[in-house]
Amino acid sequence: MIHKGKANPAKKMRRLTEPLIEKFVTLNGAIAIIFVVLIMAFLLMDGLPTFRSVSAWKFLFGRDWYPLSEQFQTLSLILGSVVVTLGAVVIAVPIGIAAAIYLAEIAPLRVREILKPMVEVLAGIPSVVIGFIGMIVLSPWIKNVFDLPTGMTALTGSVMLAFMAMPTIISISEDAIIAVPRDYNAGSLALGATSWQSIIGVTVPAAKSGIIAAVMLGIGRAIGETMTVLMVTGNAAVIPHSFIQPVRTMTATIAAEMGEVAQGTPHYYSLFAIGLVLFAMTFLINLIADLALQGTRVRR
Amino acid sequence: MKKTRLHPLAKQRLAFALLSLSAIFVVLPVLAVVYLLLARGLPGINWTFLTQPPSNMMKDGGILPAIVGTVYLIFGTTLFALPLGVLAAIYLSEYAKPGPFTRLIRLSIVNLAGVPSVVYGLFGLGLFVMLLRLGASLLSGSLTLAILTLPVVITASEEALSSVPQSFRDASLALGATKWQTTVRVVLPNAISGIITGLILGIGRAAGETAPILFTVAAFYLRDLPRSVYDQAMALPYHLYVLSTQVPNAPPKVQWGTALVLLVLVLGMNLVAAIIRTRFRRARKW
Amino acid sequence: MRKTNLTTIILLLALLVAVVGCGKPSRNSNSAKSGVVQIKGSDTMVNLGQAWAEVYMKTHSGANVAVTGGGSGTGIAAMIQGTTDIAESSRPMKEEEKALAEKRGTNPVEHEVALDALSVIVNHSNPISKLTIDQLSNIFTGKITNWKQVGGLDEKIVLLSRDKNSGSHVFFLEHVVRRGNEKGPEEYAQSTLMMPSSEAIASQVATDKGTIGYVGLGYVDPKKHKALTIAKTAAGPFIKPSIDTAIDHTYPISRPLYWYTNGQPKGEIKSLLEFVMSTEGQNIVDKLGFAPIKKS
Repeated sequence: MIHKGKANPAKKMRRLTEPLIEKFVTLNGAIAIIFVVLIMAFLLMDGLPTFRSVSAWKFLFGRDWYPLSEQFQTLSLILGSVVVTLGAVVIAVPIGIAAAIYLAEIAPLRVREILKPMVEVLAGIPSVVIGFIGMIVLSPWIKNVFDLPTGMTALTGSVMLAFMAMPTIISISEDAIIAVPRDYNAGSLALGATSWQSIIGVTVPAAKSGIIAAVMLGIGRAIGETMTVLMVTGNAAVIPHSFIQPVRTMTATIAAEMGEVAQGTPHYYSLFAIGLVLFAMTFLINLIADLALQGTRVRR
Repeated sequence: MKKTRLHPLAKQRLAFALLSLSAIFVVLPVLAVVYLLLARGLPGINWTFLTQPPSNMMKDGGILPAIVGTVYLIFGTTLFALPLGVLAAIYLSEYAKPGPFTRLIRLSIVNLAGVPSVVYGLFGLGLFVMLLRLGASLLSGSLTLAILTLPVVITASEEALSSVPQSFRDASLALGATKWQTTVRVVLPNAISGIITGLILGIGRAAGETAPILFTVAAFYLRDLPRSVYDQAMALPYHLYVLSTQVPNAPPKVQWGTALVLLVLVLGMNLVAAIIRTRFRRARKW
Repeated sequence: MRKTNLTTIILLLALLVAVVGCGKPSRNSNSAKSGVVQIKGSDTMVNLGQAWAEVYMKTHSGANVAVTGGGSGTGIAAMIQGTTDIAESSRPMKEEEKALAEKRGTNPVEHEVALDALSVIVNHSNPISKLTIDQLSNIFTGKITNWKQVGGLDEKIVLLSRDKNSGSHVFFLEHVVRRGNEKGPEEYAQSTLMMPSSEAIASQVATDKGTIGYVGLGYVDPKKHKALTIAKTAAGPFIKPSIDTAIDHTYPISRPLYWYTNGQPKGEIKSLLEFVMSTEGQNIVDKLGFAPIKKS
């Protein structure tokens, strides 16, 4: 590189380092891509060998998860995750969206100032604490109320997961509702609608894609949660027929069995394969959420 | 068929009442958790509990190694997550141009944030513990938790950096500073509170995680504190997990006490973040 | 531009692996360097390991023992990798693990350190007091669903088992449900309730009439429930579960618990193992609900 004039050495140095720095920062910018790719690579590397001993179809849709007899069929685990998540969604989505509307549109400033930190606190409670409380407090209660042989059920998991998914749903929905331009609401009010009619007829529909994203992220949170479900759902690997029976989720299976398996065995590979399925599911859920959010950004 | 129709205003009153009811479902569990932990955990907490290792088959003594282990993990996670996260945020906020590459980065961040914690555990086991032969150690655990924290740190830092007014940058550049100098000496100092807030929130979350440390660092019982980054460590969330599922007849006092200490630590970090945020927001000059 | 980005990513990847890789400790650094004896493995044995470590450290000043759970597989893998000194295992090493050990140049030595005997317990109101392995298998696979089929009251049988990550679950499956044929086709009935702890099974059986479950010897409380006598075949003899019958191998549902070390133990590890086998060490075994390997 040729420099014209008598550039001082420091400046010269800078000219040399600046592109290097830029390169370095760019490298770092890609860090998230790198880790996503690495995670995927590891799951593929240790998960794919499963399919040498069991077909993908059987792995996903077979009923028998009996690792000791080398039966690696995960339908009961997948359905376990689905049932627990579904229960959590049924509880958390209506309450979460309602709370978001309340926070964004109705709550007086003072109430808002108390409620918002509460939502953050709820989001901050570690999952193992939630699981512990579910185990000690909720599970005996569910056992008594439904007169069950055990209180460790899908429902117990759903209730506890709902508390964990709610903060996500509330804060993202609230952001979406607040982002709706004020004039929409004002226009509606000017046309003689009550403020409830304006909220439900104008504001909320306008925030629809943000709310969809919130729900998807809430689902993602619930389906990926591990410790809470491991501690409260009873972990029986059977096809679930109701909410008040023990189920075993994919996440709990990995956490509980990873320690007992011998490395390099089909059981080991199949646990990574479950991780792969889980990763694919959350990837898809997040993609949908992201696309939904993208929709709102473009429109704004 | 005749429907009983409510007057729109009556309907509104009903709807608002229902909505405010929903808020109770947020407040109630929080209060219940805090109350339960205080009522049942406080009696178990005393000086011995906080300064001694467990004894008598985990039934007596304290949880010092678990507290210290979690604190070490917090430091280790910060050490890795802060530089990586902030540099990534600097790229996104200062250098990135809109395009497929940037879009891909953002998508990756979103997906990284959504990866289940147990999958991070699998990844940490596969990469750090097995492939890189770090074994179950503070290093493996911190690295695993750092990756889990990255999305939060990047997102928060980028937001903080972007909120620094463009005029600051223009002024600096006009004075002959390079882009990097401007970033480091002008933009970064003005965004530091936002970055720290995000970092603390992220780390607080990581400190409460159990699944990622199951296979990467957590020890069941250590009398002494870890002495190097290659040592295993006990950790509060894992300790609570084993106390409630694996130790037969663990006294409730010890279980609830551990849960309370963990919650205080995690929420304490959230509180610190909140204080920094409001302080700086008030002090902000623009 | 896109091409640069790709190379960038690959570069950073390599960099990351290199940086972390350079920092990797030499084998065994976890244990040897810091003077800490590492015990790792079976969740069934983790409380046992903890109790041994705690008492051992009390009597041997300067000794430092760390205990980690995670499961038998984790422990054995760590031993092979050289990141733990002692692997606790509630099952013998598998062929795959032995092959891996050979490949890595480790030489696992097996030590029997305790016995685990499972008692089958029922509610006090249940008139049944003895069963054969065959009957137990039929009950736990769901072929027999009512107590009257084995000579009891007309009451539905409620099956309780430990969950899958428990060593007891595996042991009971292989030795009872499959009648000793480890790879047999039998499985626990789908209606079996998987309980998170032996505690939970014991208290459930104490309160619910139709229940049957299995727990370690130490969890049996004659005031709360009844431990059945068990026979291998209908011809008998029916053996009462106890430490004596576990030691002399007459009680059919018992198994050894192992420690694995890399090579014959030396120094601190040897001293720890000697402690474990001593009367004091085996008393701890007794106290935790397992059976000592020899009579004290």
